[in-house]
Amino acid sequence: MSTQVTAASHAAIGLADADLLSMHRTMLLARLIDEAALRQNRMGRAPFVVPVSGHEGCQIGTAWAMRPGIDVWLPYYRDLGVVLRAGMTTTEVFLGLFSKADDPSSSGRQMPNHWGSKRLGIISHSSPIATQVPHAAGIAYAIVYRGEDAVVACWFGEGATSEGDWHEGLNFAGIHKLPVVFVCENNEYAISVPQAKQMAVHDVATRAEGYGMPGVVVDGNDVIACYAAMKEAHDRARNGDGPTLLECKTYRFLPHTSDDDDKTYRTREEVAEHKHKDPIDRSAAYLIRHGLADHDALQAMHDELKAEVETAIQEAWDAPDPLPETATRHVFAEDER
Amino acid sequence: MTEKNLVTAVRDTLHDEMAADDRLVLLGEDVGARGGVFKISEGFMAEFGERRVIDSPLAESGIVGVAIGMALHGLLPIAEIEFADFIYPAFDQIVSEAARMRYRTDGDFGLPMVIRTPSGGGIHGALYHSQSIEAFFAHVPGLKVVMPSTPADAAGLLRSAIRDPDPVLYLEHKKCYRLIKGDVPDEAFITPIGVADVKRMGSDLTVVTYGYEVHRCLEAAERLSAEEGIEVELVDLRSLAPLDMDTVLASVAKTARAMVVYEDNRTYGAGAEVAATIAEEAMFDLDAPIVRIGGPDIPAMPYATALEHFYMEPEPDHLFVAMRDLARF
Repeated sequence: MSTQVTAASHAAIGLADADLLSMHRTMLLARLIDEAALRQNRMGRAPFVVPVSGHEGCQIGTAWAMRPGIDVWLPYYRDLGVVLRAGMTTTEVFLGLFSKADDPSSSGRQMPNHWGSKRLGIISHSSPIATQVPHAAGIAYAIVYRGEDAVVACWFGEGATSEGDWHEGLNFAGIHKLPVVFVCENNEYAISVPQAKQMAVHDVATRAEGYGMPGVVVDGNDVIACYAAMKEAHDRARNGDGPTLLECKTYRFLPHTSDDDDKTYRTREEVAEHKHKDPIDRSAAYLIRHGLADHDALQAMHDELKAEVETAIQEAWDAPDPLPETATRHVFAEDER
Repeated sequence: MTEKNLVTAVRDTLHDEMAADDRLVLLGEDVGARGGVFKISEGFMAEFGERRVIDSPLAESGIVGVAIGMALHGLLPIAEIEFADFIYPAFDQIVSEAARMRYRTDGDFGLPMVIRTPSGGGIHGALYHSQSIEAFFAHVPGLKVVMPSTPADAAGLLRSAIRDPDPVLYLEHKKCYRLIKGDVPDEAFITPIGVADVKRMGSDLTVVTYGYEVHRCLEAAERLSAEEGIEVELVDLRSLAPLDMDTVLASVAKTARAMVVYEDNRTYGAGAEVAATIAEEAMFDLDAPIVRIGGPDIPAMPYATALEHFYMEPEPDHLFVAMRDLARF
């Protein structure tokens, strides 16, 4: 059975005012990086961009319940907001976008947005969908085996839930009651295929029953509600009560990637309608309503972040490219060669 | 030294390694209470507990995917695929994930893990319990693929695979399991991955092979020696990736004749790579064309005795005859 989670007051769920401002700031940063990355694409400096716009609420909300430096993160390619919370810097994001030698995820080997950093506990992932789901279960098994306090979170879209690996990962996690939270960012489309052609159920969360874990539906555009639902799932994992499937209902404002044309599969009216539910606007309204910020403060935050993004772009663009002769390195451990 | 068959050599090595290092965990179908369908892990669950000997759900991709996660977080998983023929659902996890993890992170992440699986035919396994899968995986950079033919090599290579910082696919030929016996040193010795072994010295021709075919080729070689006075040098590859061509080429330089024998379908089989490299590197050492003997290009090994026999030996004494013809060329 899935349960619905609705927005709570931030104080009631243990979020300090400073947390809320930081969450808003990170959402805004993700949006500004997105916009700047697409400009770099149009300028011919970035062959491939994976937009995040629209997903900031569910990404930052869920990621905020995680503990950087302790917990383990398995994001998918749209999870810019998640990796920012995990500790990746704006400059590092652009080092990846420009496939520079110091790209922390892959030193320019993978496409942008294929995140990974041992230092930050972000597990490297590939392009095939849902392959990281059984990895999450295996890591969670090792955490219990080693008697650690860490929690694993694994993010994916609703399309991923059709893959065999998704089922196999959740099934294993359910059997062993592992400390892992599975977060579905349901944006209604897997590239062009709508949810109705992806599954016969209305909520991905209902699938949780098949794996013996709670399934929770949350408004993915409500960053506070996402935090609250994730916090509960995170607590459940830490307390030894097993995994949770958390479904965040959201929407992708932009095409799947810079190479996609979303006009072929959804109307402009539909997109415009969803933009009225922008998670960043909603967060801003909340901050103002609760007296945590005013328009001027939010504008100042915006301007400051925009400058940070521009500085990061310059720094990353000027960084060295990988050397061609490094292409043959690290096929195997080098001390073995 | 203790004489063991191949099953016992694998089991004893696995047992001792697990007893020595509690980072090792075993997961797969029926590995627990049942002790594995070939009894490799018999008694392990009682001795090491359910946390370390994990009866997994019937899902091969999940077995390998979960093992990858374990390897990413400090464990040394040994994933068992019950029969090699069932490994294909895990192909994506092995090829896209395990083999590429180190490369795609420029060395940031590594995956110390072993995937063990029984392969090969000649045991009435039919279409889905007889397959040779090595060529699919030996083609993929980032994976090591080994296939021991003797109990001693099985023990030494398994220790190497467990100690290796990268994923190793460890293939156990089912026909060798109980048929092949041999002395195994009692100490914890290592057989290095990527080093072939000359199983028989000879001067007239080189036969390069691996797995159960090692024993069939040795039998033919002994007959050739006794009946024709032809001395075969037999190179057991043991590792298909990395491939030890130095040992092969040194032997070919000595004998000037080369034959490659493998049980897998002939076309695009592992022997094709060996033959191509001999042709590239040793053309002027050769006194005769390279001979390549693989299984027939039919989709699988059939069940009926006559059909299975055809797969393993399409003509009577075909190895003996082919070796004799090459020596006389």
